[in-house]
Amino acid sequence: MLDKIIQFFKNLRKRKLAPGEEIISANDSLFLEPIPDLPEGYDSNKKTIVRLVGKKRVTKPYQVSGIEDVASKNNWKAWVYLAPVVVLISVFLLYPLINTIFISFAKDYNYATGQFSGFTLDNFGIIFGLVKVNGGQEVNFVKYAIPNTLILTFVTVPIEIIIALTISVALNSIKWFQKFIQTVFFLPYVTNAVAVGLVFSVIFDNQGIINFITGSNITWIYGANRWVAMIPLTIYIIWSSMPFKILIFLSGLQGIDKQYYQAAQIDACPKWKVLTRITFPLLSPQILYIMITSFISAFKQYTAVVAMFGGPGTLGKNSVIPDMETIVYYVYDNVEKGFTSRAGAAGVFLFVVILAFTFIQFGVSKKRVYY
Amino acid sequence: MTEQVLPPMQYVDFRHENVETNIVLSLKEAGKTADAIRSTEKVTRIITTVITYAFILVLALTVLFPFYWMIITSLKQRAEIISAEQTFFPNIVMWSNYSYVFQVFDFTTYMINTIIVAAVSTLGTLITTIFAAFAFARLNFKGRETLFMIFLMTMMIPGEMMVISNYLTVSAFGWIKDQTLLDAYAAMIVPFWISVFYIYLLRQNFKQIPNELYLAAKVDGKSDWSFLWKVMVPLAAPTLISIVILKFMGTWNSYIWPQLVTKQDEFRLISNALRGSAFTDPDTGTTEYGYQMAASFCVTVPLFLLFVFFRKYIMKGVGRAGIKG
Repeated sequence: MLDKIIQFFKNLRKRKLAPGEEIISANDSLFLEPIPDLPEGYDSNKKTIVRLVGKKRVTKPYQVSGIEDVASKNNWKAWVYLAPVVVLISVFLLYPLINTIFISFAKDYNYATGQFSGFTLDNFGIIFGLVKVNGGQEVNFVKYAIPNTLILTFVTVPIEIIIALTISVALNSIKWFQKFIQTVFFLPYVTNAVAVGLVFSVIFDNQGIINFITGSNITWIYGANRWVAMIPLTIYIIWSSMPFKILIFLSGLQGIDKQYYQAAQIDACPKWKVLTRITFPLLSPQILYIMITSFISAFKQYTAVVAMFGGPGTLGKNSVIPDMETIVYYVYDNVEKGFTSRAGAAGVFLFVVILAFTFIQFGVSKKRVYY
Repeated sequence: MTEQVLPPMQYVDFRHENVETNIVLSLKEAGKTADAIRSTEKVTRIITTVITYAFILVLALTVLFPFYWMIITSLKQRAEIISAEQTFFPNIVMWSNYSYVFQVFDFTTYMINTIIVAAVSTLGTLITTIFAAFAFARLNFKGRETLFMIFLMTMMIPGEMMVISNYLTVSAFGWIKDQTLLDAYAAMIVPFWISVFYIYLLRQNFKQIPNELYLAAKVDGKSDWSFLWKVMVPLAAPTLISIVILKFMGTWNSYIWPQLVTKQDEFRLISNALRGSAFTDPDTGTTEYGYQMAASFCVTVPLFLLFVFFRKYIMKGVGRAGIKG
């Protein structure tokens, strides 16, 4: 009888079995007494209930706490850790940003007392030479600072990237002394900009080695023509900003999967095609990164000019015409001279240009970066 | 995968045509033995290698040339430097240039200034960076992501823009007027106690430390504080070393801000002193390049030594900037 019942149930289950469902033996499912609801922590051997309770209040169950600092009551702890940074950033980063924008729009701003009389666009007018002030210094920004900065940027950055890419690809392809040569190329990074600037001005001196080798008698640095003086300056900037780019490109190149090259080799792909179809596309994130950073740093060029010329013009400190001035140089010059409003306006201009540049490059790169 | 301009592929029906009638099959490497092909390949490879090495060596020498020129000029006599015939090695090695520079140029003062400023600002940066990175990587609090985004966005602001207001702030703190040495130090150090980039770098590093370590420390009854100093900081040591060295190098090379805020010569840092010092001949008023180069060499050497000993950390720290994301 019992067997028959079991068989019936088994058949029943067999017919209605859902995919993945197990057959439960009749012994377990039908004829076992249901386990009564025992309290948590019940030890069936000793017939006792073990319960963890707090030390102080026995009625409260014990809880392991403090493992995860998720609870909002721990907020204050995080803020204690962040306090120094938040204070410093507010005082030396965020406040200056707002204050500089404010200064650039303030009329008759007195930097000593902080007084001003209303808001105006005159400061921008002055730096762009639209509003006349006495002294005639107002045109320097449009006449020298902006053109110089633009020339330096658009000449140095493309040359730097091309040379750095060539060197990196060449370095990546060689076997012997690779690490050593890489270190040599990195050396300009660990030098003092002013010291090397002085060296370059000695190299390009009237009686210097460049004039000696080329057999010419060109004045490159002191008292030179503005356009001639741009040449040594450009060379110095390229020389000093190369290491970073090579380092980034080389680490990018070494990160490319060798399989792509092996596949290309099997297909007998010509070398230049490997370069343009595999290497450059796979290197595009690094190229983009370098492009953005070097455009920004070229826009902020200042140290190179000071290091080589010692002043805003080719005559060094005695320059009457600031013909080598860059935007940043203009800012510092005016801070030192006490024309805070002009410096502020120029600073805001620089900020806007850099922001615009970054956004444009990000927009363009969405189409050109391959992954 | 190749996109060469090939003649349009023609399918030849061999049932109607054969090689004897009108089909010419040509191979690019026809008539060559396998050995010949292999040896040409070898020759091309050798030629490419030689050209690559020559190219790299020429550029490497160009990179090194300014250093070489600095050293030999610093050992030359004045007459030799300005003579029409440039020499690639000094005729008479003038060690006296260096002793003269040490007499005229107050090296120790500037060196001490630079080292103190570098050390204190590095220490301050380390502390603030470690705290902030810990909070961002390990602790959960309201507005964490927003705050971190704001931090990252401040990296876009050019530092030059801050200089204007920071100068006013620092003078409001009374560090500019009637400047004492301590004021000068404070003005050069305090604004540089933060670096958002280093916070970002260290946070990434802290995030890689497995959560299990944190939970284990918690079960052992360690506080957040001791976990930070006993587990996280030692594990992130390579990054911290990179940060220390890069920060130190940054201070060694800093020019603009110290130039603005220091009002007396003896408070200056090494770069400012080097640019500001005129190694001019008292009689003729022309610059003494020998002395100038000797001083430049002395300024460059400490950085070189640092590089020799910590090359790995420096290159890794600099390189890490590019591999993010």
